Amino acid sequence: MYLWVHKLGSPRYFYSFARVVAPLLAVFCAVTMVWGLYQGLVVAPTDYQQGESYRIMYVHVPAAWMSMFIYVVMAFASAISLIWHIKLADLIAQKSAPIGATFTFLALATGSLWGKPMWGTWWVWDARLTSELVLLFLYLGYMALHEAYDNPSTGAKAAAILALVGVVNIPIIHFSVEWWHTLHQSASVSKLGKPSMPSSMLVPLLVMAVSFKAFYGTVLLWSVQAKVLEREYRSKWVRELLLGAKT
Amino acid sequence: MSEFLNMGGYAFFVWSSFGLTAVFLLLNVVLARLALRKARLNAVRRIKALEQQNASEA
Repeated sequence: MYLWVHKLGSPRYFYSFARVVAPLLAVFCAVTMVWGLYQGLVVAPTDYQQGESYRIMYVHVPAAWMSMFIYVVMAFASAISLIWHIKLADLIAQKSAPIGATFTFLALATGSLWGKPMWGTWWVWDARLTSELVLLFLYLGYMALHEAYDNPSTGAKAAAILALVGVVNIPIIHFSVEWWHTLHQSASVSKLGKPSMPSSMLVPLLVMAVSFKAFYGTVLLWSVQAKVLEREYRSKWVRELLLGAKT
Repeated sequence: MSEFLNMGGYAFFVWSSFGLTAVFLLLNVVLARLALRKARLNAVRRIKALEQQNASEA
């Protein structure tokens, strides 16, 4: 296992790994998304309190989960790049940020679109919404900082430190609905205990969550592949891959 | 079908949510694919330039 991780840290092995895995993940993502959308929009029963509006959950909740999951991945990768100076780890963190920002924005936007009919307002400055907005600014700040220096490795280092400091926001988002009184409902799906939802509603939600994870994996692998080519074009393996062996 | 599209009167909110998600996810896919394509073309161009340079120096 360690040897495998070590190998994967080399751009060459990462590239050939990504070439095989990304298309498989893309297909898996598409299949689970079509199935999840069909189940969530058509098959799952109407909610007795919220009517059909609750179906926004099938994009809102997985997007919100992804916004936090990707941040944790980014912080881990940043720590690895700071401690062991593995360049690939920085590429993973750097390329995770825009995907994470996308999901954070989508969680906020779809939450707003759900809040208007259910709470009567697009936005409230409560703990859950505000801490999620802070997460969006952390992603944007990370991306800006990464590009802000003439020396790219200085930018990478500064951004990695920001990512690590910002990780304190993740438990705040997660527990915000318990620590403060808020308009946002508390968790309906938890690993411990019974979810407060019938399985006909829950299963499509989990399928969508899996699909979003695969989406992140696919887009991340593609973007990191592009970065690897940019940096490694002088290596022999890139030449052989793109133009064949030297004659 | 029109009942399905109407979403019990919540059509605007439900379809905006799903539409917005679709647009932003697609944008991520398109940008990543374009970046990969561009990186491949650039790498080929640079490799050829390097080899030409080396050949003329030799």
